[in-house]
Amino acid sequence: MIPASFDYVAPTSVADALAALAEAGDDAKVLAGGQSLLPILRMRLNAPEKVIDLGRIEELKGVSEDGDHVVIGAMTTYADVLASDLVRQHAGLLTDAIAEVADPQIRHRGTVGGALVHADPAGDVGAPALALETEFVITGSGGERTVAAADFFQDLFETAVGEGELLTAIRVPKHTGWGHRYEKFVRVSHQWSIVAVAATVRVDGGTIAEARIGLTNMGSTPLRATAVEQALVGKAATDEAVREACAAAAEGTNPPSDLNGDSDYRRHLATVLARRAVLAAAGA
Amino acid sequence: MREAGKGAGAEPREDDVPDLATLSGAGLVSGLRKGDAVTVQSRTTPAVSFTLNGAPIEVAVEAGVSLLDLLRERLDLTGTKKGCNQGACGVCTVLVDGRRVLGCLTLVAQLDAREVTTIEGVGTPEQPHDLQRAFIGADGFQCGYCTSGQICSALGMLRELADGVPSAVAEHVAAQPGSSELEMRERMSGNLCRCGAYNGIVDAIAAYADAAGGHR
Ligand SMILES: Cc1cc2nc3c(=O)[nH]c(=O)nc-3n(C[C@H](O)[C@H](O)[C@H](O)COP(=O)(O)OP(=O)(O)OC[C@H]3O[C@@H](n4cnc5c(N)ncnc54)[C@H](O)[C@@H]3O)c2cc1C
Ligand code: FES
Ligand code: FES
Repeated sequence: MIPASFDYVAPTSVADALAALAEAGDDAKVLAGGQSLLPILRMRLNAPEKVIDLGRIEELKGVSEDGDHVVIGAMTTYADVLASDLVRQHAGLLTDAIAEVADPQIRHRGTVGGALVHADPAGDVGAPALALETEFVITGSGGERTVAAADFFQDLFETAVGEGELLTAIRVPKHTGWGHRYEKFVRVSHQWSIVAVAATVRVDGGTIAEARIGLTNMGSTPLRATAVEQALVGKAATDEAVREACAAAAEGTNPPSDLNGDSDYRRHLATVLARRAVLAAAGA
Repeated sequence: MREAGKGAGAEPREDDVPDLATLSGAGLVSGLRKGDAVTVQSRTTPAVSFTLNGAPIEVAVEAGVSLLDLLRERLDLTGTKKGCNQGACGVCTVLVDGRRVLGCLTLVAQLDAREVTTIEGVGTPEQPHDLQRAFIGADGFQCGYCTSGQICSALGMLRELADGVPSAVAEHVAAQPGSSELEMRERMSGNLCRCGAYNGIVDAIAAYADAAGGHR
């Protein structure tokens, strides 16, 4: 339970962090909140020569507005996102989901960027980020590039962030006025999601005009329930109509089987949680 | 898995120069103690200065040392407990800049210029904090192992409530947090109690919060 020894650096700018990363090559590991990385180092699942702490890079912290987007710095803690009125107002689905991540202590150190790059399929930020069609700003020595959510999550613990690169921010398209709900199914309060469904919908005169739905822990990456999204459009926000549309929630998924439930159980959960999430999001 | 790639299963490297911890400040100077043995084969990190329970402290320990191990093994501040050592139980909860965090998932190296408060800074046997008195009054423990974490966590929690931090059990995330027992239990969910003294813990926090002016 003691990590292998490593060198520690704490740069104060993205440029310096990238330089440190380039110098150390694949012997380096980036430290954000440490809420996943420190247990990993302690269990010796990874033994980097150098740990580059992003915690002193102020330009990576905070929430701001940029036209139609809410921009969240990669090093913004869960707690700071939770407290952000901008996020609550324009991307409430993220607020909902982050309120369910782990517990308050972990939310005070864990960061949105760290969670997204860690890309645990049971993590709670991926599905809402995917549903909200978030753009991921990735910075490397060659400059900045923006990756769509659909291309960001590549496999179990694999994202579009390459060697020598950092996730620097996410840009969340504003969903102002949309209803939202994150339905997380767990047995004890601060457990990882067995399954969760992230839903945000725009209701127009009692009818669902648009719907975006993300699934947590239904495969090796967060997934979009596109069949449900399409089926919901134009439907009245009633229990019957929503139930019918949500029957397709597990279509195209590949959920794991483990001690918390086999994959069939998870498929069933997805339909139930999708119905609950959509109805709550639609205010029905 | 991504993390298990290069360096997986690596042995401790042999090339490291043994380096002893140096500690100074606030009457907390400490020589070699039992805990030093585990970190002998390590590199040092630049000195870190922070405030511990109101007093300035400067330490230079290996980069992999957690705040929890610094407190317990180097400074003999053993009021903060170690349970799982991986973020799951909350017994190592302390306050950093007034926010509750886990000592086991915080590196000393991350603390530069921060303000750390442990249970030793909350109250003393001679002069317990009112919340500590409330725990005694309401039987908020059995074995007491989780208690310092519960108390530090509760102090942070009450401040979050006063600041309007949303929670998952509120009817709507934008709703002003309520003061229900359910709300308190949710907000304290990071602190496990193996003895199951939860009812007493909730009663103690509620009694303290009521007496301290209604924020709960
Ligand atoms: C007991 C416990 C319970 C938990 N429960 C939940 C839960 O219910 N739901 C949930 O979603 N999560 C849960 N978590 C995980 C938590 O959300 C982590 O904080 C999060 O996954 C990682 O964020 P971090 O900032 O701590 O990142 P770190 O642990 O510091 O880093 C994680 C990984 O991302 C890399 N990285 C970090 N930032 C960047 C960046 N900007 N650019 C490139 N690479 C980067 C690191 O190198 C590392 O590989 C739990 C953790 C614990 C310990
Ligand atoms: S010892 Fe830190 S959370 Fe259990
Ligand atoms: S009092 Fe024994 S663990 Fe809580």
